Amino acid sequence: MFGLEKKDLRLLMFVAGLTLLAPFLLNPFPEGSAMAQFNAGYPDLMQRFVIFGIFAIGFNILFGLTGYLSFGHAAFLGVGSYSAMWMFKLFGMNVIPALGLAIAMSGLFAIVIGYVSLRRSGIYFSILTLAFAMMSYALAYSVLATDMDGPDKQGLLQKGLTGGETGLQLTLQDPRILGAQTTESGNIPVPSLFGVEMRSATELNLGDWVFTFSAGYYFSGVIMLLAFYLSIRIFRSPFGMMLRAVKSNQQRLTYTGLNPKPYTLAAFVISGMYAGLAGGLMAAMDPLAGPERMFWTASGEVVLMTILGGAGTLIGPVLGAGAIKYMENILSKINSDILHTWFAFLPDGLENLIVGMIYPFIGKGWHLTLGIIFMLVVIFLPGGLVEGSQRIGRMFKRKQADDDKPTATTEPAE
Amino acid sequence: MGILEVKGVGKRFGGLQALGDVNLSVAENSCHAIIGPNGAGKSTLLNCLIGKLIPDTGSVTFEGQSVLGRSPHEINQMGISRVFQTPEIFADLSVLENMLIPCFAKRDGSFELNAISAVRNQKDVQDKAMHMLEDMNLADKRHMHAASMSRGDKRRLEIAMCLAQEPRLLLLDEPTAGMARADTNNTIDLLKQIKEERDITIAIIEHDMHVVFSLADRITVLAQGTPLVEDTPDKIKGHPKVREAYLGESAD
Amino acid sequence: MEAIILQILNGLDKGSAYALIALGLTLIFGTLGVVNFAHGALFMMGAFCAVTFSNLLTLSYQSPEPTGTDFLGNPSYDDLFYVQQWFGEAAGAWMMDWAVPLSILFAIPVMISIGVIMERGLIKHFYKRPHADQILVTFGLAIVLQEVIKYYYGANPIPTPAPEVFRGSFDFGAALGFDPNVIIYPYWRLVYFGFAAIIIAAVFAFLQFTTFGMVVRAGMADRETVGLLGINIDRRFTIMFGIAAAVAGLAGVMYTPINSPNYHMGMDFLVLSFVVVVVGGMGSLPGAVLAGFLLGILESLASMSAVIDLIPGINQVIIYLVAIIILLTRPRGLMGRKGVMEE
Repeated sequence: MFGLEKKDLRLLMFVAGLTLLAPFLLNPFPEGSAMAQFNAGYPDLMQRFVIFGIFAIGFNILFGLTGYLSFGHAAFLGVGSYSAMWMFKLFGMNVIPALGLAIAMSGLFAIVIGYVSLRRSGIYFSILTLAFAMMSYALAYSVLATDMDGPDKQGLLQKGLTGGETGLQLTLQDPRILGAQTTESGNIPVPSLFGVEMRSATELNLGDWVFTFSAGYYFSGVIMLLAFYLSIRIFRSPFGMMLRAVKSNQQRLTYTGLNPKPYTLAAFVISGMYAGLAGGLMAAMDPLAGPERMFWTASGEVVLMTILGGAGTLIGPVLGAGAIKYMENILSKINSDILHTWFAFLPDGLENLIVGMIYPFIGKGWHLTLGIIFMLVVIFLPGGLVEGSQRIGRMFKRKQADDDKPTATTEPAE
Repeated sequence: MGILEVKGVGKRFGGLQALGDVNLSVAENSCHAIIGPNGAGKSTLLNCLIGKLIPDTGSVTFEGQSVLGRSPHEINQMGISRVFQTPEIFADLSVLENMLIPCFAKRDGSFELNAISAVRNQKDVQDKAMHMLEDMNLADKRHMHAASMSRGDKRRLEIAMCLAQEPRLLLLDEPTAGMARADTNNTIDLLKQIKEERDITIAIIEHDMHVVFSLADRITVLAQGTPLVEDTPDKIKGHPKVREAYLGESAD
Repeated sequence: MEAIILQILNGLDKGSAYALIALGLTLIFGTLGVVNFAHGALFMMGAFCAVTFSNLLTLSYQSPEPTGTDFLGNPSYDDLFYVQQWFGEAAGAWMMDWAVPLSILFAIPVMISIGVIMERGLIKHFYKRPHADQILVTFGLAIVLQEVIKYYYGANPIPTPAPEVFRGSFDFGAALGFDPNVIIYPYWRLVYFGFAAIIIAAVFAFLQFTTFGMVVRAGMADRETVGLLGINIDRRFTIMFGIAAAVAGLAGVMYTPINSPNYHMGMDFLVLSFVVVVVGGMGSLPGAVLAGFLLGILESLASMSAVIDLIPGINQVIIYLVAIIILLTRPRGLMGRKGVMEE
């Protein structure tokens, strides 16, 4: 089905199941219980899971397959966001054209930046992409944020193309020529898909549990599934194989009559377009775009996600994005009071000791946990969480095989 | 007129004249060996043939077309394949995938954005790759990681990858360097078999005289960047100049 | 004219910091072949050595003041500084005032140990791994180091003043015969520039004139051959890493009065220092120093109002722009060797 092998189809179905049932799966604890703070099933966070999932899936097509480590992918995220915002401002609040422009613009940027950066490899490539992204950031932050309004003073370019530090926002004066300039109540309209507002949501109460189903989340989720499906197809295609060959041995590839340049550039542009799509979706979920989205730490974040999950694996980047976003939003909320209530059953001295030991790693210190986990992964698990789970899986299999041994001795070794 | 014509090729590196006025003609469907002591310029010459280096003077033509100024992948697409001194394969890929890549290169040219259809659905390429692997006795290793193969098998795979592109000229750079005797003999047998069965010209750079004399139809002796003599193996064996320049020590 | 001189002077202190960090990066890269993304964190740790040392010097205890009471009628207390108790009032006050320069004595052993521990404990295991892995693991380490600092010192910048005597400004204009009060330059920045020059000279002299330096330079050129000579190059490289860490740390110590240290200052400098290294030429020590000063001054010149009026925002992008142009037209940088890190 879908032109996939059984194994890949199962993976796709697994991810589809997770995505569609996420509002349930991520809300396992009843409202008001002590554990409710671990619930991640609210639309805002779930949207971030899938949007950063798309970003990381795209990054993985470049880094995981070709081994070219870009430290500037956030530039495309930003370009996507700004493009989508301009589509909202000029034409209307439908998200489809906005995403279309986001993908197209980031693709164009990726062609230019990729063409230049890919003339070098190794660390030079990383530095070049970093330099380009920081330049884009600086441009968005200041240069493109100067007043460019013409004499007719519509106010559209009052804060330039990017809006500078405060970011690009929707206003009531935006023309929106294909849609309503204001809602009936005189407010700024919100992004929608043919009338379905992205922020609309229904709640389902089951006993103590509350599940929220948001249109925006399901829209992003479906797009992520499409993006994931496409990445499976790319991984299994001759193109994907060539990209892995680029990583493995460029010399042999050249002497096999293949030109590595267009292959890597195509991978760069595809992953740039994925980033643009993610950026556009961010703007569609929350119509605001700021320059900090292009800062190099944002590029670093997607690197962390991809490596943590498992670079070069299909599902790794999605897992990595989920893990990091979960930590960022949930782990960071735990404060020392909460820790004290957890360990209240212990004698006082021990309680304080344990809380003191855990405290640096949670709450505002979650970055420390992230850094340590990341280092451990790079040192011991180059294949990321995916390799980790495979190793655990194999351990259990071996154990089973050991148990079965007496009956299986007649089998040949292979 | 040979399939490969090298005329007046010279190359300097700074103050060092690596090649000076090399003339060479490789006849179609022959096996031409280039020998010479270390530093004679064999590798420089080879690199000029495949686009890795551009000579300062002279011309290199393959089937009447100049190869100079073309990038390596273009030269390869013209029909010249190269086997390296240490086997250059895609170590992170499976043996079958290693084989598939040249088959795709043969079918689709130097770049094709074939990003949607699955590799396993390309029956023609799959069949060709499997066929090549069977020919080379590598079929049962097809799911192996190429990096984990023995050195001899890596060499076999590399040669198979080159042949899959159906080149008209196969360049080999010391294909048996660092090999055990048994592996060397296997490689010689393999190359002999290729020579007999296929419509192919072979140019080989080699140190090992045993290899050279069992394979070559013609031999060029290179010394200090210029060809000393060119003749058949029998004549080369007895040639006084060659003995002096190259075989000197072993002849005494 | 005056404005240009002023901007060149302004560029010097930033350029000094770039040059010192880039020098350390290049030492590590050239000797060990490792791309160290944690080098900015070392600069930051150096700055926090100064903070720590000042905190130590200003440790005090409270003793009741027999005569006075505060406005509620409770007995009031005096803050008594330990250093003043131990070394006498005047000497103690002097030490507190000179906390930043004195931190150098504290920072050198601390930074060398941090460097050596880093190399032995982590970097050593990554010599044979691809450069991408080295970048990633040191990037992770940088995050960990800066988070540890943030945990102990908080997220806000900590003002760390220079000694009293250096707090004023020097009127360069008057000294050079221009109008007074046009080219004013803080004394401490002059000190910083001089300090950077001394450190750079010391590193070069060390590499040039000592046997140790000679072996290291030989190792930079051809590691295998030196290894074959039976010289234990690994141990020397460990020491080299310690020295590079100390150079970055000292750059950080002395930078604290210019910019109050915060936990992410290392990352801010790292990105630019990498650009500096690449522009200077990967693996070239003089290149790193030259590019550091050049880019520092260029950045400063680009922020002149006349230039900004001409090309808006050029000050924000100039360094990156220069880096891109250099990388594309002169791939090996200003003074680099060919083929370094090209795979």
